[in-house]
Amino acid sequence: MMMLEQLVTSFIATAAFGLIFNVPKRTLLHCGAVGMIGWLIYVSCTQLNMDAIPSTLIAAFIVTVISQLFAKLYKTPIIVFSVSGIIPLVPGGLAYDAMRNVVEDNYDIAVQLAVKAFMISGAIAIGLVFSEVINQIIRKSERKH
Amino acid sequence: MSQSIVNSHEITQICLLAGKIILQNGGETYRVEDTMVRIAAAYGIDNSHSFVTPTGIIFAIDGSSQMTKLIRINERSTNLLKVSLVNDISRKISTGKLAAGEAHRLLQEIDSNAFVYPSWLKIVAAAIASGCFLIMFQGSWPDALPVMLTSGIGFAFFLQLHRMVPIKFFAEFITALLIGTLSVFFVHKGFGMDLDKIIIGSVMPLVPGLHITAAVRDLMAGHLVSGLSKGAEAFLTAFAIGAGIAAVLSFY
Repeated sequence: MMMLEQLVTSFIATAAFGLIFNVPKRTLLHCGAVGMIGWLIYVSCTQLNMDAIPSTLIAAFIVTVISQLFAKLYKTPIIVFSVSGIIPLVPGGLAYDAMRNVVEDNYDIAVQLAVKAFMISGAIAIGLVFSEVINQIIRKSERKH
Repeated sequence: MSQSIVNSHEITQICLLAGKIILQNGGETYRVEDTMVRIAAAYGIDNSHSFVTPTGIIFAIDGSSQMTKLIRINERSTNLLKVSLVNDISRKISTGKLAAGEAHRLLQEIDSNAFVYPSWLKIVAAAIASGCFLIMFQGSWPDALPVMLTSGIGFAFFLQLHRMVPIKFFAEFITALLIGTLSVFFVHKGFGMDLDKIIIGSVMPLVPGLHITAAVRDLMAGHLVSGLSKGAEAFLTAFAIGAGIAAVLSFY
């Protein structure tokens, strides 16, 4: 039940974000699907007691792979799909907690949280890069044959 | 093909216009360069060079009729529809289906048309997205209504303020202040329960997701200048939002 709730909300949230970014109308549903799959993977990973950083890495990787597939299939720039898919993974909650602790003068906790938020942003970046590199390798080996 | 008829001046114009539209509407730097070089090559100019930063494009062609042009980018917004429309046109040009004059006309059409969803639809989308994010971040359903209200009002205010104040970071800071105040007010009146979740959910539509993604992709493609400056833009936005919320929390 809780999983279903997460799936539906993540689909709607990402599609709505696509709307804010003004993506073409025909790709709105695909944006939602990319975000939903990314969030599904992230939530499943955290429920398997995985840490937030590797979970984010895996989810960002999968989001980019699916975005690349869609970009090729629908001949649309990849950024249309990947941008809204990445949004749910952004560590907004952690960054907020870090700031709240700064305001409450708990600097030691704030630094810990801030570093963790920074690491998660790094994991998103590495996930993006990983699938990009794999995509380039595949493209190059296709050209050789 | 009729390449010889098309003069290098018009080709430069087409390339710059295509590049300008992509860059202004949130496309990645490498896509700008790629598109310009591809269009030039399709019209028979193989030696073209470009230097693209978020604030300007320099484009040059070599050969018998040399030409270098610079275009300044003042305003940047997010409109991925325009990016993908230009992408379609450049695809058609490189398969040789589109003559230069026709391509120029189509690009000018894209440039002058707005192609945006109406503001009210964006505000509704922001409100719904925030409500959904609240549930995704393990918030409770009764808090969904205050979150949607806060985020809708906040986003509408941001759109309006950004029109009047061209400094984006300032508009973001003030919007974050407003969102924080509204959330505190709702919780104080007993309309909402979990202040942390309400603020996190409402702030999500302002998060610089596009800039982060574009910055990383630019850095990876070797566009160090663009990547770093887009990263700085994302960081400043995040900082503006954070400072606004922190200001409210310190008074609360």
